Amino acid sequence: MVAVSSWGRLGHWEHQVAPLHDRSRIAADLATHGSGLAYGMGRSYGDVCLNPGGKLWTTRNLDRFIRFDEESGVLECEAGVLLRDIQQLAVPRGWMLPVTPGTCFVTVGGAIANDVHGKNHHRLGSFGDHVSQLRLVRTDGSQLDCGPDNAPDWFAATIGGMGLTGVITTATLQLRRVCGPWLETETIPFHGLDEFFRLADGSEEAWEYTVSWIDCLSGSGLRGIFLRGNHADDESTVPPVGKPSYLGFTPPLSLVNRLTLRPANGAYYFLHRLAAGKKREDYRPFFYPLDRLADWNRMYGPRGFYQYQCVLPTEQRQDALSALLDETAKSKTGSFLAVLKTFGERQSPGMLSFPRPGATLALDFPNRGEETLALMIRLDAIVGEAGGRLYPAKDARMPQQLFESGYPRLQEFLPFRDAGISSALSRRLLGR
Amino acid sequence: MGEQQRIIVIGATSAIAEHCTRLWMSSPATVLLVGRDEARLERVADDLRVRSPASAITCVAIDFCDPVAIRTLVDDFAGGGAIDIALIAHGTLPDQQQCQQDLVACRDAMEINSLSPALFMEALAGHMGPANRGRLAVIGSVAGDRGRRSNYVYGASKSLLDRYAQGLQHRFAQSGCRICLVKPGPTATPMTARLTDEGLALARVEDVAQVIVKGIVKGKPVIYAPGKWALIMMVIRHLPRFIFNRLDI
Repeated sequence: MVAVSSWGRLGHWEHQVAPLHDRSRIAADLATHGSGLAYGMGRSYGDVCLNPGGKLWTTRNLDRFIRFDEESGVLECEAGVLLRDIQQLAVPRGWMLPVTPGTCFVTVGGAIANDVHGKNHHRLGSFGDHVSQLRLVRTDGSQLDCGPDNAPDWFAATIGGMGLTGVITTATLQLRRVCGPWLETETIPFHGLDEFFRLADGSEEAWEYTVSWIDCLSGSGLRGIFLRGNHADDESTVPPVGKPSYLGFTPPLSLVNRLTLRPANGAYYFLHRLAAGKKREDYRPFFYPLDRLADWNRMYGPRGFYQYQCVLPTEQRQDALSALLDETAKSKTGSFLAVLKTFGERQSPGMLSFPRPGATLALDFPNRGEETLALMIRLDAIVGEAGGRLYPAKDARMPQQLFESGYPRLQEFLPFRDAGISSALSRRLLGR
Repeated sequence: MGEQQRIIVIGATSAIAEHCTRLWMSSPATVLLVGRDEARLERVADDLRVRSPASAITCVAIDFCDPVAIRTLVDDFAGGGAIDIALIAHGTLPDQQQCQQDLVACRDAMEINSLSPALFMEALAGHMGPANRGRLAVIGSVAGDRGRRSNYVYGASKSLLDRYAQGLQHRFAQSGCRICLVKPGPTATPMTARLTDEGLALARVEDVAQVIVKGIVKGKPVIYAPGKWALIMMVIRHLPRFIFNRLDI
């Protein structure tokens, strides 16, 4: 048994770890007693990637490319390939992942199972929108290829299906053309939600990437930094990225706390206000700013942290966001990096995909036990009232009822589950 | 850019070999991948072709214990031009208990871990030494540094490669060809999959491959990977017998 954690580091749990290596014999590897779950990089924050007391099939060694057509941008690879490796391979050849989350250290399988999104959701949707085919191996030994036109029900269940429909072993992705690795970006400081929505809505037409950082202590009076970007018409290459830094240890206390949060948020705001304006930027710092400190999750100390990410429907977004931000500011806890972004008006590909039209807010909270849980229950009330939903990839504690109200296609999803697969999250929210 | 490097990898489907090959192929190369299982070789080759489309990659499946096949294969590849890098990486981790009970298993383990790689070394060295250039590397193991009750069949097999490499280093001391003996510590690969769940801290294969590739470029006679194993094994080798024999390792 090996103690395994997830990105939030809320604890370590004993698992039987069984690495998968050879994509041709996965059915045999899965044919074991007891429930298992595929585990990639462990970058989801809560318990969606954990199966305490059970098996974890680690996919990191399924890291082979299968084929890449430089004419069409179609890439087929094994599910343990990292998004970083795809970018490194594709960008010099004029292609890029159409959708990428805020870290490139996730596997393709994990990106599909959580149907991750990026800063360009309003333009290109979520990761699953660019998967044309995937292979699912089930614990009963069967195997099945599915895509938007081929067994589309299985496909819709598996995109965002939290790994519960089978083990994703290979995937075919459609990459997007880019001229080079450069982006034209603009940094704009703003005050208040009205200004945020004016900027966000006003940028949707002309800008592919939009996101904003906000000071979660400033309440609905809100100060923040709005970032937007477009691909630049520049073919020159970028230098290879340097090695990331490491904290290298877990501090005995969270470095993000009541004493440090206000000055840190203030410093971040003022530094970025100074840097306001347009510039040409390498895609890596723009897409993956946090990857520069490879183990930033350890900043939160030995007790770890929760991330709370919700999406609020467009009609309710202003009022609900004000309420959430006021509640968070009142608690004086909260995160160094709070992220606010609008999603586009489009239907997500998965039955349980997180993105839906509206605005999404992500907050990190250092784990202070009951106090933090109580705060999140107050936030749940606001999200539930507004008809919003929480993101399972970030979650370690949402009430079952909020999950059910947030994901109306849940009943449709359940028949596609693999009886031999279970996670801590599925036991918590789906009963097994 | 001059000509492409010519690289031959024996046991090319081994995880360590595969990761070393990926690093070497960051610039285009002519590569021969040798293994036992054709389908698995092709999967490795497909991946390398995506990573390095300008490279020329060929796969050959052979019987690792057939001296005639080994000779023919090596002669053919050497006939196409001087070899820049040869890596001999195949091996299995036998079940020590089983080898003690079953001499067939014991012989098979020694054949694949000792005899076969030694034959490849001999065949390759015969071309590479006189060619006066290139690197001939063989994967040994830290387990070969001192016999232990928990895996001496494996350890003894790997230690044969130690002496064989030493002999070749002596024989080709004046040659531009360098013979490198690689000694990886326990690494997370399919070979050690059953150790993973025993909670052993295994090194990441990407990191081990980095160390090996750097060591081979330098032509180091012995490459411990990760480097800390040089120190650990020095201590283990020098422990007095009356202490060592009490250790449960």
